[in-house]
Amino acid sequence: MTATKEAWSSRLGVILAVAGSAVGLGNFLRFPGLAAQYGGGAFMIAYFISLLLIGIPICWTEWTLGRFGGRHGYHSTSGIFHALLKKPWAKYLGVIGFVVPVIIYMYYVYIEAWALGYAVNALVGNLSIEGKDYGEFFGAFTGAASDGVALKFGLQDVGLFVIIVYLLNFFFIYRGISRGIEIVCKFAMPALIGIAIIILLRVLTLGTPDPSKPDQNVMNGLGYLWNPGAVAVMSVETGAEVARYPDAAGIPAEYQTEAYTFNELDLIRSLMNPQLWLAAAGQIFFSLSVGFGVIITYASYLRSRDDVVLSGLTATSANEFCEVGLGGLITVPAAFVFLGTAGIVGQGTFGLGFNVLPQVFALMPAGHLFAAIFFVLLFIAAVTSSLSMLQPGIAFLEEGLGIERKASVALLGVMTAIGTLFVWYFSANLKALDTMDFWVGTVMLFVQATILVIIFGWGLGIERGWQIAHEGAEMRIPDLFKVVIKYITPLYLLTIFGLFLLQNVFGWNYSLSDPQFNPTGYVNDLVGDSPDKVARLTVGFIIIMTGFALVFVNIAGKTWSRRDAAEIAD
Amino acid sequence: MTLGGWINMLLSVGFVTVLFIYCVTRVLRGPGSRAEHELAHVEPLDEDETETR
Repeated sequence: MTATKEAWSSRLGVILAVAGSAVGLGNFLRFPGLAAQYGGGAFMIAYFISLLLIGIPICWTEWTLGRFGGRHGYHSTSGIFHALLKKPWAKYLGVIGFVVPVIIYMYYVYIEAWALGYAVNALVGNLSIEGKDYGEFFGAFTGAASDGVALKFGLQDVGLFVIIVYLLNFFFIYRGISRGIEIVCKFAMPALIGIAIIILLRVLTLGTPDPSKPDQNVMNGLGYLWNPGAVAVMSVETGAEVARYPDAAGIPAEYQTEAYTFNELDLIRSLMNPQLWLAAAGQIFFSLSVGFGVIITYASYLRSRDDVVLSGLTATSANEFCEVGLGGLITVPAAFVFLGTAGIVGQGTFGLGFNVLPQVFALMPAGHLFAAIFFVLLFIAAVTSSLSMLQPGIAFLEEGLGIERKASVALLGVMTAIGTLFVWYFSANLKALDTMDFWVGTVMLFVQATILVIIFGWGLGIERGWQIAHEGAEMRIPDLFKVVIKYITPLYLLTIFGLFLLQNVFGWNYSLSDPQFNPTGYVNDLVGDSPDKVARLTVGFIIIMTGFALVFVNIAGKTWSRRDAAEIAD
Repeated sequence: MTLGGWINMLLSVGFVTVLFIYCVTRVLRGPGSRAEHELAHVEPLDEDETETR
């Protein structure tokens, strides 16, 4: 009897699936927000350097390791590390490759439900009411006010959409690699790009919608994002940016008072800011889905001599096109045109997408239609990402526990449902979601990516890795990348990770002469004077999940060892 | 928008757009595209068939 094996039905299918995994909410909301915050020019320099030193190298690494594992019959990160390193401990290094996508899925699907819910509410006119308090709407919809209040199923509640999104994801994942994920991505990715282009054309033709505010026009909106140097006007009272001008000479008299200070976003000075590098590298890292355990699993379903070099670069370029070419021209300019600088500053990813943009659409002619289209765009971007997060878990349960797809889908369905219910119930201030996103979606992700690149450059060996990567390749990776992957990428990654921990865990003030450390909320929530119950429960949940995963890996290891022994005996 | 802003935007957007079009063109014209759509209906495959698709 021959074992059954899933596979991609076409090369374009796997490329679109990887690109779909990478293109998410961050492309259209997080990237433009960061680029505007740090001054477009300096940010883009750091961004493209990070793309060359982290994004593309880790991407090639994952594609190569994945195809290598697939040749040996492994599709999970643990299995691939086991096949590659042939050491008893190697499989445990891959445990994060199971934990990260599974836990991220638990809260990501909740955000995906917001996007679908907003699209439906926009279509029926609930999101195009001028003057409506969209912050309040967001709070009520997501249950940010208190725990348990989001467990409702009306049109203006998240519950109904969580159920729909959940069933949709598991329906497609149950259909498998080619009939599920691949078919969705083949339709969804072109649709996503088409919708984004329609919205882009609308934004670029907005002109000056309010003649009484001539400064709030499309050109200035684009300039707000892309101008390499600018002067930000900061309110002394709030510390927030209230306006931005290309140079100090252009600042009007109303701001030339003691109530305001000026922050020069000079190109060189901005590049000296470590926070800018951290933000740019982080954006590349999270946007490309490197380190998730997704690419390595997807690539393991390739044929043994399928190209990985050009395919990896194509998936990366698709993500970059959606992020820089489309995302960079839509969100911030649209918000600037209607709301000015004050409407954008200080908004995070969720604030920009679910609070600011509904206000923008409410002021736009045919706004409800464009709002619906925009949130459908976010929903498509999210669903192609969430589907990808399930496959590593499915693959791991199938090959580790020796169960079939139907059983592994059911088991993973139960596991993720518990996690999503947890996030859904503990919705106050989105604390559970935020805590999971920080410790799993950020910290564990850094660790996993570092492990991947070190295993490729040092465990597999750069020369052997190079040889494997180029088997069946349709283009060559410049030899310069040997040095990059072996030395520069791990060092760069560790430096960025170190900076990240110093800032977001230990609360370093970025001063070498007078360093101060004030542990951040993520730490104080766990071990501070007044710990947060939900944050502690969330971390406890993460630890339990990781414990389960380690047990699964242990069981899987025994199966794999027996298989290895049988192969040697044959 | 300043001249620097135009340069920054055109270089950034232009670079990613050209790279994307170049890569997609190479993929669609390359030898790997021949198997396109052939077996989308077949799943799961027998392990020993995956190389002959």
